[in-house]
Amino acid sequence: MSQITHIKGGRLIDPQSERDEVTDLFIRDGAIVDRPSNADLEKATVIDASGLVVAPGLVDLHVHFRVPGQTHKETILTGTTAAAAGGFTSVVCMPNTSPPADTAGTIQYIKDAVKREAIMNVFPTGCITVGMDGERLAPTGSLRNAGAVAISDGGKCVQDNGLMRRAVEYAHMFDLPVIDHCEDYSLSASGVMNEGATSTKLGLRGAPTEAEDLMVSRNVILSAKTGARIHLQHVTSKNAIDIIRRAKSRGVNITAEATPHHMCFSDTAIEGFDTNFKMNPPLRGEKDRIAILDALADGAIDCIATGHAPHTDYEKDVEFDYAPFGVIGLETALGATLTELFHSNRLSLPDTLSLLTNRPSDAIRLGKGTLEIGSDADIVIIDPDIEWAPTADGFQSKSANSPWIGRTLKGRALKTIVAGKLVYELNDS
Amino acid sequence: MPWIRKDLISIEELTEDEILTVFNTAEAFKKILTRKTAKTPVLRGKTVVNLFFENSTRTRVAFEMAAKKLSADVMSLDMKTSSASKGETLRDTVENIRALAADMIVIRHSAPGSAAYIANVLDIPVLNAGDGAHEHPTQALLDCYTLHEKFGSLKGLKIAILGDILYSRVARSNIWAMNKLGAEVTLVGPATLVPREFERMGVTVSHDLKSALADKDAVMLLRIQHERQNASAFPSLNEYTRMFGLNKTRLSWLNKNAVIMHPGPINRGVEIDSELADSSQSVILEQVTNGLATRMAALYLCSGGSADALIES
Repeated sequence: MSQITHIKGGRLIDPQSERDEVTDLFIRDGAIVDRPSNADLEKATVIDASGLVVAPGLVDLHVHFRVPGQTHKETILTGTTAAAAGGFTSVVCMPNTSPPADTAGTIQYIKDAVKREAIMNVFPTGCITVGMDGERLAPTGSLRNAGAVAISDGGKCVQDNGLMRRAVEYAHMFDLPVIDHCEDYSLSASGVMNEGATSTKLGLRGAPTEAEDLMVSRNVILSAKTGARIHLQHVTSKNAIDIIRRAKSRGVNITAEATPHHMCFSDTAIEGFDTNFKMNPPLRGEKDRIAILDALADGAIDCIATGHAPHTDYEKDVEFDYAPFGVIGLETALGATLTELFHSNRLSLPDTLSLLTNRPSDAIRLGKGTLEIGSDADIVIIDPDIEWAPTADGFQSKSANSPWIGRTLKGRALKTIVAGKLVYELNDS
Repeated sequence: MPWIRKDLISIEELTEDEILTVFNTAEAFKKILTRKTAKTPVLRGKTVVNLFFENSTRTRVAFEMAAKKLSADVMSLDMKTSSASKGETLRDTVENIRALAADMIVIRHSAPGSAAYIANVLDIPVLNAGDGAHEHPTQALLDCYTLHEKFGSLKGLKIAILGDILYSRVARSNIWAMNKLGAEVTLVGPATLVPREFERMGVTVSHDLKSALADKDAVMLLRIQHERQNASAFPSLNEYTRMFGLNKTRLSWLNKNAVIMHPGPINRGVEIDSELADSSQSVILEQVTNGLATRMAALYLCSGGSADALIES
């Protein structure tokens, strides 16, 4: 006998099908279906969504779940639990694990852990180069066959342009997207924050935006030459955004993401040397931050991704120079995005949610992020107006390295459903 | 104006009045230093621990001497050979030293923000003796105190800081202090070591030595810090000397009575001609002597000592 769920009376927003109406949504056996018969409906589980928003479960193209090898920071269970609390139902894991996911065996290991522990869709990626050392190509075809949805060198960037050309050409043969962290190391040197007035004042080593601009240009040029699909991670620079916008207008096959933290903070946040504002690429100047918001509005940047990078408190509780790069973001992304884009009147609610649902899914063709009939019943029920302040001990993630601790966000996931199953419910007692 | 700070971490956070309080206190200590028994019991029974995670001779000795002149017990730990190299965190290191009944900590560390970090961790006074390229507050206090003595006040003084500004905590602390005290600051040196971003700190940036030195009342020279440079910022020391080294001709571009300052250590023949370092216009050794008095003042004030009480005594 089939399982039926009836989500009643919510404002259904599905950016993919351009639906935005107060209506009911029905799930049968894990898939979105048309209205069942009245007889069936009598047996349905009812979820009252009146006054709330019903949207596709959120999709994140950029998380670090630290499996294998760094489970003191995060596990598949804690990572997916955090994702569910943030309204996500599909996440793409970066391969910079220990060891890196540069063999089919490691991809299989991750898939086994996902099968055991995950409460949602977890898509692994494989490395571009062996050991992410930027010197030899990893076995791209085998990685794809094992289940990698893309290749990437995680937080690293292949510096050798000739090798990168071969990597994207080769991956293109399998129609596999290449996801790149754009950073020219000779320019970023050992910078720990953005190069600018604030780094000059604080005496911290600065990494200039040009380190990103150069590699974004490189990737645009290689994509134009080969036709390969290249997805640019966490774009932060106004110049890089201009390069992407022009490339897209010429039809170059590139996509790009931005993170909530780069949307919400600029490098002046580092004045107190708080290591929860240390990430790579670093927080940039206010001009760059505004350029990111504009690019999300006009489509130069395709989507929002969190770059969720958990680190323990003892790893982050050190001198700024020595702290690892990265912040968590799964549980705050929806609130931060709604606050910065929707409540600020920059974008409509459907356009804002699109950046977290169908658009990331489309960027690397995951086939997620929609409520169309027949699709997987991955759903989030959102209160877009609830105000809340993240606290260090309130995270589901194993780590609490968040720049939003103590700040007020507006909007939060109340319920998260994966393949028809309720996996998260906000307990606000 | 009373001093209410537990710590001395940066000049950026000080007011003009607080800086002048340090000067007044330093002046009182300077008098004590000229007495037959150049010692005062104000920190008797207190233990000052110098934690030096980076090389230093001058600053470490000056802080040791200052603590001894105040009758404190003092120990200096070379942290490069200590627990830090065994992987202990800075928090654990300083909490252990606190647990051994230290009353004050003086820290030098290569990481910007590290002094503020431990001041936040500990309930005892922390004095920053240099945190990376961020700040070196006692150096700026002694430099400005030296100018204050020479000229009566820094108000309206025109000062050039010449050399490796980018990697210099001395420059940053002096920019804050000189601006707060009413001086006009020009930074000069090669474009790679004196980026335009410094203008946001309220100074003039110049790469032309002649115009930068014209009409200045003081020039502060900074050593080229090879150890902090990630990549070659200029072709060679020889070229640096030719372009930016201070020599007799260039000295004449300054005001007639201008003073030459240098926080040391000096590289004779690189940033300054040897004879100029010893000339009558050089106040380099006065800086060192004033460094003792200002550090006594800093230790005394952060320990809760009152400037007024000292001046009246």
